[in-house]
Amino acid sequence: MSHTPEEGGEPVAPRDTEAPEVPEAPEAASAAPPPKRSYGKAVVDAVVTGNSAVVTTLAILLALVVGGILMILSNQEVLDKYAYFFDDPGDALSASWHQVRDAYVALFKGSIVDPGTFDSNYAPYILNPISETVTQATPLIFGGLSVSVAFRAGLFNIGAQGQLIAGAIVAAWAGFQFALPTGLHLVVVVVGGLLGGAVYAGLAGVLKARFGAHEVIVTIMLNYIAVFFLSWLLTTGTFRQPNQPQPLGKPMHDTAVLPRLFGDELRVNLGIVLALAAVLLYWWLLNRSVLGFELRAVGANPDAARTTGMSVSRAQIVAMAFAGAMAGMIGVSQVAGPYNAGHQLTQTIDAGLGFTAITVALLGRTKPLGVVFAALLFGALQAGGSRMQASAQVSIDIVTVIQAVIVLCVAAPALVRTIFRLKGAHKGGEGSLVAKETAGAEAV
Amino acid sequence: MSQTLVTPGARTPQDAADAAARTLQAASRRRALITGGGFLAVGAYALWAFGLGTEGGTDAVFGMTVTGSGPKVGDLEVGARATAIAMSVVCMAAGVARVVLDASKLWRRLTTSVFVAAFVVAFLCWAVAGKQMSFAGALQNTMLAATPLILGALGGVVGERSGVVNIAIEGQFLFGAFAAALVASITDSLWAGLVAGAVAGGLVGALLAVFAVRYMVEQVVLGVVINLLVAGMTGFLYSQLLRPHGDKYNNPGVFQNHAVPGLSEIPVLGPVLLDVNAIVYLMYVLVAVVHFGLFHTRWGLRARAVGEHPTAADTVGIRVRRTRYLNVSGAGCIAGIGGAFLTIGTVGTFSKDMASGAGYIALAAVIFGRWRPLGAVAAALLFGFSKALATSLQTVQTPIPSEVLQMLPYVVTIFAVAGLVGRVRPPAAANKPYEKA
Repeated sequence: MSHTPEEGGEPVAPRDTEAPEVPEAPEAASAAPPPKRSYGKAVVDAVVTGNSAVVTTLAILLALVVGGILMILSNQEVLDKYAYFFDDPGDALSASWHQVRDAYVALFKGSIVDPGTFDSNYAPYILNPISETVTQATPLIFGGLSVSVAFRAGLFNIGAQGQLIAGAIVAAWAGFQFALPTGLHLVVVVVGGLLGGAVYAGLAGVLKARFGAHEVIVTIMLNYIAVFFLSWLLTTGTFRQPNQPQPLGKPMHDTAVLPRLFGDELRVNLGIVLALAAVLLYWWLLNRSVLGFELRAVGANPDAARTTGMSVSRAQIVAMAFAGAMAGMIGVSQVAGPYNAGHQLTQTIDAGLGFTAITVALLGRTKPLGVVFAALLFGALQAGGSRMQASAQVSIDIVTVIQAVIVLCVAAPALVRTIFRLKGAHKGGEGSLVAKETAGAEAV
Repeated sequence: MSQTLVTPGARTPQDAADAAARTLQAASRRRALITGGGFLAVGAYALWAFGLGTEGGTDAVFGMTVTGSGPKVGDLEVGARATAIAMSVVCMAAGVARVVLDASKLWRRLTTSVFVAAFVVAFLCWAVAGKQMSFAGALQNTMLAATPLILGALGGVVGERSGVVNIAIEGQFLFGAFAAALVASITDSLWAGLVAGAVAGGLVGALLAVFAVRYMVEQVVLGVVINLLVAGMTGFLYSQLLRPHGDKYNNPGVFQNHAVPGLSEIPVLGPVLLDVNAIVYLMYVLVAVVHFGLFHTRWGLRARAVGEHPTAADTVGIRVRRTRYLNVSGAGCIAGIGGAFLTIGTVGTFSKDMASGAGYIALAAVIFGRWRPLGAVAAALLFGFSKALATSLQTVQTPIPSEVLQMLPYVVTIFAVAGLVGRVRPPAAANKPYEKA
């Protein structure tokens, strides 16, 4: 592996356990040590050979280009102008440019800052885009952690979808069933969500550990079982809100809702604090605890871990339960957060977050900080996407495309190097993090 | 398996071999006991829940005429309680037979089939007691639900047998459905739409192959990400183009049914199987081609070699990567035809996320069918049947919620992969990228 210096810190073997959190430019320098190198040269080298930060940046760029092309292809007015392209190419090109520019400007305004709000001198208006980004990132952080922790133990958690529904069901039930004082009620709701997800995912862990049932298939199946279970619950008297034409759950009490942090006008809420606490917990678990060491050992090489006396099944069950607990927190933030005004269960409570979680974990390279940044990026795309849909008439579905392209490129850095003619483009797959991150991959 | 081969106390190789054989036999005895015991328990439960524990005196009426085509057939009226009791006893008998008699392959299949069929009949008698349900209609819906599943599962079998896990069936369905609707609308030709659907599925397959084979991305994750990509792309184009300009881009029409003269006059099954549209006939052909191809041709031998032991295949001169590229792309084409069926084979328009998880069920059918084309077909039919039953029983207002029925395929699949229905073993090299040493 010495010929891929920038990936030197990625786990291949036991070295995994010493892997630094963010293996980037300094690693590139250390793996192939030239005697003396200026900082500037190191940067140039990093760009030319394409280390992971550079690859990620280029991946985002590529994804935005793909998104732009799709926007042009899908706009009937712009397409009509291409019909007479050879008579007046400027017309078609400028229409394309305006379409794409408007969309991405709206994306920026909706997610980072809108200069138009400066005149108001009113903080909530100015901070609203950032607040939206953080709010959208909150469930994604939980999701990224959920998938990451399973990854580290050599398991694929494709079941965040079902686990978050399980968590949401328990959390919502705790929210409308009990009347408890402020504070305590929220604790009960959060614990309920954690347990709901943990038990549901733990089931997959037990089936894997005891019967060797492949967790990918089991978690996918559990996703659908959760969906149907939820839609059945929404027909029962216990859960369904009476006198409503649509199947909606009973609304949670106000004491069970995640409080907003900076007043009612910004939607950012206690969820982000919990999410960051979970990130810390994840960091501590993996890097400072015996249990986390076992998880990573089992993930890197189950046979070796077994030989040293670790319990592979225990590690697998624990990893899945932890993953489920994190996914359950997505459920909590979905029902008790600001995303759903009624704070009630609905059939679309999952909002596809279980699958976005996988992309967050991949983009974040399963590292704690990486997950936070990936979640913020995707949260920003989501927040900006709503604005884009409203003001530039570009469907928010484009965000899913952009996310998927980013992750595909990040998973295959060699592809990005080929496209941008960086050095080391012909090294096949050894640079692709996903193939290595999960050395214990099994067939499905 | 390694534990069974190293038996303590074995003095000679012959002893060791005998001991190993005994251990294997014990394992298969144990499986027969577990499965047979399970059949017995479920049969006993059915006996109480569907038969002895219910009120007697009502009939269950099953409509046997396929609406719109085929010969008229009288309704089937049976005494609900008596039939349920009889069928539950058959379930239990299948369990006893499984335990007592020898566990040859044929016998296992026979007892399982008898058990499943008897259980379904017992259940239906209970659910429909005092009411009427169109059984023929349920069979027709089964074909509608199962056709894409079968095509997707065939694609999955081909891909996985070649060593590439195909979680992207869902994406192939969606893109196939989308392209078929779009191209058929623009060209005004359903056949062009069908070809476009196949090509679109093939493109998704090729994308999967390139990333899995060339860039060695972990295949499960890759499949999920590709599904997201396709869902986002088709959803986006649908919102931007197909929905606002539905007449122009999303108005493909549907393949008409054609009856096979004579044979489609067979009561019940005739019109269900042989008065169908072109894609279903194509599906029949593809099932036969894939089954024959995989097990009786040079192509199939090579595909399986690449999927089981790529190094050995490479050594004898099979080009591993090339084989995988071609097979996975071809598998994508087959799944893409399944996607085309969703639009130009049934409903006639594309809608956002219209595959709604069918790709994942097709994947389950691959596993449930133990990576064999015919097994996958049987599993897909079973899944299709349970979906059709859920729809039919929803209108009949049965005692149990239809959601439970819809869950059934997924629950059964979990039991299957947990090894409770029998061992499943994937192709050895699936999800293992091949790197030339």
